[in-house]
Amino acid sequence: MSAVAQRGPLPRRLSLLTEALVARGGVVLLAIALFLFLTVPLASLLVRSLESRSGEFVGVANFVAYFSSPAFANSATNTLAFAALTTLFTVPPAFLFAYAIQRSCIPLKGLWRNIAMIPILAPSLLAALSFIYLFGNQGWLKFVIEWFGLKTVYGLPGMVMAMSFASFPHAVMILLAGLALSDARLYEAADSMATPGWRKFLTITLPGARYGLISAALVVFTMAVSEFGVPKVIGGNYSVLAIDIYKQVVGQQNFSMGAVVGLVLLAPAVVAFAIDTAVRRRQKALLTARSVPYAPRPERLRDLLLLLYVLAISAVLLLVLGMAVFGSFVKVWPYNLSFTLNHYTYGFEEAGVDNAWGNSVVMAAWCALAGAAVTFAGAYWLEKTGIEKSRVFGWLRPLAQMQAMMPMAVPGMVLGIGYIVFFNSPANPLGFLYGTMAILVLSTIVHFYSSSHLTAVTALKQLDNEFESVSASLKVPFYKTFWRVTVPVCLPSLIDISRYYFVNAMTTISAVVFLYSPKTTLAAISILHLDEAGNVGAAAAMATLIVATSAVVTAVFFVIEWWLVVRTQAWRRTARR
Amino acid sequence: MQLNKPTAEALRLEGIHKVFGSFVALQSVDLTIERGELVCFVGPSGCGKTTLLRIIAGLETQTRGRVIQDGRDVSSAPPAARDYGIVFQSYALFPNLTIRDNVAYGLVNRRRGRAEIDARVAELLKLVGLADSGPKYPAQLSGGQQQRIALARALATAPSLLLLDEPLSALDAKERERLRGEIRLLQRRLGVTTILVTHDQEEALSMADRVVVMNHGVIEQVGAPLEVYERPTSPFVADFIGKVNVLSATCVGDGRYRVGRVELAAGANGIAQGRPVRLYLRPEDRVLADSGPLEGRPNLLQGTVRSVDFLGTYCLATIDVDGFDGQSMLVYFSLNQALELEVREGARIPFALRGERVRVFQLP
Repeated sequence: MSAVAQRGPLPRRLSLLTEALVARGGVVLLAIALFLFLTVPLASLLVRSLESRSGEFVGVANFVAYFSSPAFANSATNTLAFAALTTLFTVPPAFLFAYAIQRSCIPLKGLWRNIAMIPILAPSLLAALSFIYLFGNQGWLKFVIEWFGLKTVYGLPGMVMAMSFASFPHAVMILLAGLALSDARLYEAADSMATPGWRKFLTITLPGARYGLISAALVVFTMAVSEFGVPKVIGGNYSVLAIDIYKQVVGQQNFSMGAVVGLVLLAPAVVAFAIDTAVRRRQKALLTARSVPYAPRPERLRDLLLLLYVLAISAVLLLVLGMAVFGSFVKVWPYNLSFTLNHYTYGFEEAGVDNAWGNSVVMAAWCALAGAAVTFAGAYWLEKTGIEKSRVFGWLRPLAQMQAMMPMAVPGMVLGIGYIVFFNSPANPLGFLYGTMAILVLSTIVHFYSSSHLTAVTALKQLDNEFESVSASLKVPFYKTFWRVTVPVCLPSLIDISRYYFVNAMTTISAVVFLYSPKTTLAAISILHLDEAGNVGAAAAMATLIVATSAVVTAVFFVIEWWLVVRTQAWRRTARR
Repeated sequence: MQLNKPTAEALRLEGIHKVFGSFVALQSVDLTIERGELVCFVGPSGCGKTTLLRIIAGLETQTRGRVIQDGRDVSSAPPAARDYGIVFQSYALFPNLTIRDNVAYGLVNRRRGRAEIDARVAELLKLVGLADSGPKYPAQLSGGQQQRIALARALATAPSLLLLDEPLSALDAKERERLRGEIRLLQRRLGVTTILVTHDQEEALSMADRVVVMNHGVIEQVGAPLEVYERPTSPFVADFIGKVNVLSATCVGDGRYRVGRVELAAGANGIAQGRPVRLYLRPEDRVLADSGPLEGRPNLLQGTVRSVDFLGTYCLATIDVDGFDGQSMLVYFSLNQALELEVREGARIPFALRGERVRVFQLP
């Protein structure tokens, strides 16, 4: 054998040093970045809340002042009522929708699933505009709300409707996942004991989906608590905490008070996050048991009723979307319905927001590229470089992991004020970022970091843990294996993360509403201005433009993914028969 | 095989100690492995065998102790600075690379010419009997084939040490047995020093030059397979390697032990009279009536068959031995013996124990 003759030289000390430097340096950089762009702004927020407007330390005086003001009690109860009602009007319909898709034999499931995801492509403001078109003072369907004894859609009713539309896909996604994991053997056992359908539902289906339901309710509740756009557009005089923050910061330039309200807003979000984390941990235990997946069998009456239901929900979703689109193309709703493009041209120009769409696309593209790269590399460094075994840097891992999950618990508005307080401070050498496109990109990446990080971690965990060990034994530096193996294998997840960042960057307003400058106005934010100026047509046009952009880009991402899989991923389609 | 027994030292472990939090995974492990040897680390799960392998590979860092490979202290060297090839239970083949690229993975990095790499890959694929599979992807191969490719990849850079971490555990029984033989043959041919970790004592006995039996983070015994099987030095080894009968007994004199109401003779080993002991005895360490009359043999016993387990070419009968006061024994019968001696439930069977084979351990 030529085995011994083939032995190659061992790598030099220098290349080993480089490898160690890349491995550890990455984690250090990630930890510093998260610290600087997440933890420190939030900490500055806390400090600011203890200072007076002019910057002297006043202890909890701001909190005392705020809690004792009648405005607080009013906003707090309003916020809770809004969030609770939204949860109530979103989760049960979403559950039935997810149930129809996972547990019945209705046709065209893929189509319904995609229709349910439509609201994700739109800013939450779109729904508010649509409901104004539909049920507003000149509303086409105003009589419908009058049946329910309502005089106007402005206020709580409109807010709940618009928020339910915006949060529906998030609830559906969680519930689809929750209903996907069920053990067919449980149903077979129940059938063998002649269990009636309703009892199976109560004793098997509901308990199985319990965690999904709790999780969905918490997500919807948190979204509503921290929502700013919907109450702003359709809330009328109904004041909520998010509006209070906006008024304090943008209206009165009172950052201290804004910080106080922000921290108050943080409380329910953190509680919900804590409950959700605990619930998810328990759900994991359910998942580990290997079970036989449940496959529904046709049942005529049930399938027909569920199909009608799914059709109705889809019709409502399409109607809400279509209303805004339609409104953007007519001259004066509802008096002159002739076609026009004026809202897209003069409408934008008049309000000085004709650069907003371009800004949004640029910002979203940066988030999609940089966000995906940073998130994926960050997750790789934390999961695959053996950092937990390092005696010097091991402690960085839990710290960075915790920070990676933090944005999920932080409402965008809170992050936004944190950024103003931190970056707007004259003492901050990073102050040059204030008012730039970069700060919008940074805050958006941080705002949506957690979900992306989780997606990346899940994808990485599916890889064999020993890839890095094998490449080390073969004297191949880990970063070569990262390029040659890890990235190609995780490509679909990487594209998913990129798409997620793009769409969210197009539609978000909560953090960036405090951070844009006249030069960097974003499309979603300009909807607020257009609506405020009474130019609902142009507002609807901008919302339509955002939906169209998100939809086209999503489609493009799908095509890219498909093309890449066909072109470079032959190995995926060659499973052994 | 005694003739080409290697003499040079390939690897030396000195006082390896590993602690995970408050769990002691390895306690002052000392071991020397000679060049060209195939050594099996065997033990129940959690005994520290995989941790020890990973320390040798540099994938874990020992809390204390030294690893010396080919005379070089590699105790704190990263994996990339050590010289070994490794095969994992999960194969860890790169799914997006062809078999050829998988095998060539470590060669490409050494700046070798394409022709040279191709020749080496072809040679290795031939070596593991998969010459035609170069353009395929891992998912197109069976588990056993994937494991062979993982082996070829580990051998590609001609390492001086081959580490195999439970390489056969994920395979079905037939495939496992076939690969056992193949790996052993390949290892002999290449003469590469090999460490194989397994929880399967049968695998260890059939493949190893030397077996290292581990338990609770310490090495219980090191020896050739037959030596470990015949002369276990601790109750754990006797119990873990092969099947064994354990009888509670009392020492009643030099080399004489009482089980229930019966006195048995075993080798003398200076245990004080009256001490409680355990007697360890393999099911096959008995003499049966088919090889001649049993009368006059020492340790002659008689018992009633309680149950018979048919295991292919042989049977194991559970026998309630007269006078043992409820202690039963597993006794080995070849299929022919079982038929000739009419071993079945309720049958009365006489047999003699081979006292020289009995291992006696004092109770702590």
